[in-house]
Amino acid sequence: MSDIKKIKDEFLHKLNTDLNIESINQIKSELFGKKGKISNHFKNLGSLPAEERKKFASDLNFVKDELQEKINKKIKEIETKEINSRLENEKVDVTLPERNIVQGKIHPVSQVIDEISSIFSEIGFSVEEGPDVENEHYNFTALNTPDNHPARDMHDTFYLDDKKELLLRTHTSPVQVRTMLKGKPPFKIIAPGRTYRSDSDQTHAPMFHQVEGLHIDKNINMGHLKGCLNYFIKSFFEVDKIKMRFRPSHFPFTEPSAEVDIGYELKDGKIVIGEGDKWLEILGCGMVHPNVLKNVKINPDKYQGYAFGIGIDRLAMLKYGINDLRAFFETDYRWLSHFGFDPLDVPSNYRGLSR
Amino acid sequence: MKFTISWLKEHLDTKFKDNQIIEKLTDIGLEVESFEKVSSDLDNFKVAKIINAEQHPNADKLKVCDVDIGEQNTVKVVCGAPNAKKDLLTVYAGPGSVIPKNNMKLTVSKIRGVTSYGMLCSESELNLSDESDGITELKSNNYSDKVGKNFFKNNSEKVIDLSVTPNRPDCLGVRGVARDLAAAGVGKLKNISNIKIKNSGPQKIKVSITKDKNQGCTIFGSCLIKDVTNKESPKWLKDKIISLGQKPISAIVDITNYVMLDLNRPLHAYDSDKIDKEIIVRNSEKGETFEGLDNKEYKLDNSMCVISDKSGVLGLGGIIGGTRSGTEFNTKNILLESAYFLPRSIRKTSKLLNIDTDAKFRFERGIDPQSIKIGLDKAAQLITKICGGKVSKFDVQSIRNVKKNKIKFKIFLFEKITGFKIKDKEVIKILIDLGFKVSKKKSELELTIPTWRPDITQPIDIVEEIVRIKGFNNIEIIEPQKNRIKDTLNKQQKLFHFLQRSVASKGYYETVTWSFTDSKINDLFKENYKEIKIVNPISSDLDVLRNSIFPNLAFYLKKNLDRGFRDISLYEIGPIFKDNKPGDQLTVIGGIKSGRISRLNWIEQNRLVDVFDAKKDTIQTLIEAGYDRHNLFIREKSPSYYHPGKSGSVYLDKDDIDPVAYFGEIHPNIIKELDIKTEALVGFEIYLDYLKDNKLKLKDLKSQFKFSDYQKSDRDFAFVVDKHFKAQDLIEIISSIDQNLIKSVKIFDVYEGENIPKDKKSIALNVTIQSSEKTLEESDLEKINKLIISTVETKSGAKIRS
Repeated sequence: MSDIKKIKDEFLHKLNTDLNIESINQIKSELFGKKGKISNHFKNLGSLPAEERKKFASDLNFVKDELQEKINKKIKEIETKEINSRLENEKVDVTLPERNIVQGKIHPVSQVIDEISSIFSEIGFSVEEGPDVENEHYNFTALNTPDNHPARDMHDTFYLDDKKELLLRTHTSPVQVRTMLKGKPPFKIIAPGRTYRSDSDQTHAPMFHQVEGLHIDKNINMGHLKGCLNYFIKSFFEVDKIKMRFRPSHFPFTEPSAEVDIGYELKDGKIVIGEGDKWLEILGCGMVHPNVLKNVKINPDKYQGYAFGIGIDRLAMLKYGINDLRAFFETDYRWLSHFGFDPLDVPSNYRGLSR
Repeated sequence: MKFTISWLKEHLDTKFKDNQIIEKLTDIGLEVESFEKVSSDLDNFKVAKIINAEQHPNADKLKVCDVDIGEQNTVKVVCGAPNAKKDLLTVYAGPGSVIPKNNMKLTVSKIRGVTSYGMLCSESELNLSDESDGITELKSNNYSDKVGKNFFKNNSEKVIDLSVTPNRPDCLGVRGVARDLAAAGVGKLKNISNIKIKNSGPQKIKVSITKDKNQGCTIFGSCLIKDVTNKESPKWLKDKIISLGQKPISAIVDITNYVMLDLNRPLHAYDSDKIDKEIIVRNSEKGETFEGLDNKEYKLDNSMCVISDKSGVLGLGGIIGGTRSGTEFNTKNILLESAYFLPRSIRKTSKLLNIDTDAKFRFERGIDPQSIKIGLDKAAQLITKICGGKVSKFDVQSIRNVKKNKIKFKIFLFEKITGFKIKDKEVIKILIDLGFKVSKKKSELELTIPTWRPDITQPIDIVEEIVRIKGFNNIEIIEPQKNRIKDTLNKQQKLFHFLQRSVASKGYYETVTWSFTDSKINDLFKENYKEIKIVNPISSDLDVLRNSIFPNLAFYLKKNLDRGFRDISLYEIGPIFKDNKPGDQLTVIGGIKSGRISRLNWIEQNRLVDVFDAKKDTIQTLIEAGYDRHNLFIREKSPSYYHPGKSGSVYLDKDDIDPVAYFGEIHPNIIKELDIKTEALVGFEIYLDYLKDNKLKLKDLKSQFKFSDYQKSDRDFAFVVDKHFKAQDLIEIISSIDQNLIKSVKIFDVYEGENIPKDKKSIALNVTIQSSEKTLEESDLEKINKLIISTVETKSGAKIRS
């Protein structure tokens, strides 16, 4: 008994010193190897008298377990120490730049078109499109703007032939005509797209974007028009209250016609929509002229409704604080980077229009 | 349309304040663009203070003064006045000013080598006194706090500038504006005072209107005024003309202009002594010429409405008079014309000859045909008052009676359109105030339309009149209903939006460029499409519709590279044009990528962009849009603006004839031609119109989910094939050997060079084999191995590399 106690104390003492993995293995074989001290005692068990054997075996097992456990613990300790020191060596400067990020951008006009579509989707409008090249009939005549009408002078038109029959559409209104010709009322559509006028200065670009709106049904009146635009403008500018003013105006294809101003104020050189006592013209609208309905074979005594046209670029400028219209089309990488949107930032009704 | 409040009040009896009138004008549809004083030349003269006066370096008698003119920086002025000294308050005139005494216009100039910005003025130069020995000295107790302010007071009245819509010719005269305001409750329209002039004797010059086809003149009223003394207009008249930004000419001309602006009644005065016998209003003959009052020679076409005499054309009726019969200061006898010309005729002629005048602007919108006499009355009265003379009786020739248009108006239409109701009595009052004659029959009104309102032809126009005068603010908002009858976007539109964001997510910046472009650049990309010229382009370098998405992308890429950027990815989604008819357009998404990947990167190997970048972006975009990679097929065919050996086209299916996309490196000649300074340039185009959409929705497309849990095995092969043999074909051959077992084929190496014959290449592939029924045994695998080798060897002529 004293012998195994001695072994135990001796080796526990050894194991408490600073060891490496080799010396542990050495100790392991000194104890449990073929000729190991503990192994020897086990071999000798058979030679002990039966009455001693039981107790001794039990003590021996106890010592063996204790030493074994100590050795395992020690091995673990050393391994941990080793891996820690290795990891310490592998340390890198994590403040170095990450691998390349590619980030694209969505043009503000596209983003705003998505915002507009999302808003009108909520109140049941669907999106229609029409060709950029139009003929004189769809762009003017069918819209109650006959050849001798002075209103034609208000549009500086790009022509594609000498007879002035083919042109680049000066507004999105021809989409109204095309939509109504190919379907049956009711109609509830918006038509965003490119429009063209041969006008180019600080505030005009030869190409710009409009969104047309058209709602034709049996009893659609100017109250609906006001409600629709009020809803749209509030949603678009993401404000609870909006000051809106309908001003009588004239468009050949609507009667009565109005231009709509919204209230704003200047705060630190920035336009703030919805408050203040200044007015900003943002769109034209009106009740679709009976002549237009007749031109598309719809009975104006039965059906009526409203139409509107909004400048998309202007909306984008107002909402996102862009000063220069021309910059929209100049493809300056810095500008696109500054005003562009992340492609994952898709405007939607449930998630909100903008971040 | 410009006028002053005081002029308005000649027609309108009102107690409204200026700003209330201005507000009301806008409310009833007469938009006020501005309400301000006409700027005067004298506004350029400022109170100024000399901050410092130094000797001119090159001239003994001159000084160089630093002058405070109330702006952030002082200005340098060279001055010869002996009294110019530090702290003197004086009068400064900037460059562009006109000196009242001698009408000299100032410019920035160098005086003996020193630049002088403007001038310090003497009292004599300002017409204040004869004092010319030195510059004006202002008393400091009166002027010390006025530095930078105008020296002269602007005494002119504020001018209203109205933007009058083309449907409202009546409001091109002050009286028309007054009438609208009166109807809207801003006071009362004054009666035109009964003009009493003595008409004595007949109008001796015979006037006739011929019965030509499409005769543009239907009424021609005139009178002779004899023994006038033409002169400068009196001050009140001059002031009126100047306040509208026009130049006074002579009393007779100014009076005709005044009546036009007052009543919207254009008139024309002829020197009657210069008229050869009689006036004939007729159609022109081709080749006739005359000199207009704008001193231009006009060559006429057939059928233009001209006023002529026995010698030929005097003027274009309702558009412009001629010099031959124009009035001058020595004119003694005049013929005054007040006529009616048809808008259509005016518009046609003025367009053909490209003339724009005040008279033309009014006649083409429609003049009141019943204003012939009042116009003659008012002008004759003013002329006799100012220039003296005797007025003949009025002669009115007419080939058509003025029709009084009537319409029936059901009152309920107002509520049906506007959504709100007003009392019948109010409706009637508004219409009467606007000049309608109204008779009520139950719920219907019979209306006689005033002759000055050619825009009103049908009941809806009446609705507009009432709601405009009553006020749009009375329209009640009806909240929109949130129900949807139709999908917001159709499949093609969804695809558009999807691709737009898909390409952006690959690092491209979206741009929006003109749909037109420079024909010289377009030529490089137009392939077989027809060039589509714009007849009236905004500039010569934007003269055609684009046949491709690339011309503008390349142009703007270059601009950005010139700004110092190097690695740029741009894309645009939009129309390209095949021809000039509506619908001859395609929607294309095109991207362009320049420079290097991972330039100046501490961790990643940098390299030039290449065809496989463009291919990846193209293919990945198509996959994301829902097209199966396994069906996509690549051919070498591509447009000529791509590098012929490093570009290709993508087909949705092997059997398709039309490609849906192109990708590749841009042809070096194009890069050179456009002088694009980049190390490498690739691009791609996807044609949305050719992307066949799946008829089925995704929910119906998804097949049952099946997978195999049996062990899979990988085998590597290397084949030596002909150099021009396509990798795509090799993959296809292997994949189709046993689609149940061969799950994927991956190329992991392509090698040409040592140990490989010159016209050959080695392609190394990894094939994944897995059964869905069992774990494959070595013998099964061996079998499929052998099959792969033998099939590839037979079908491609390749040899397995050992």
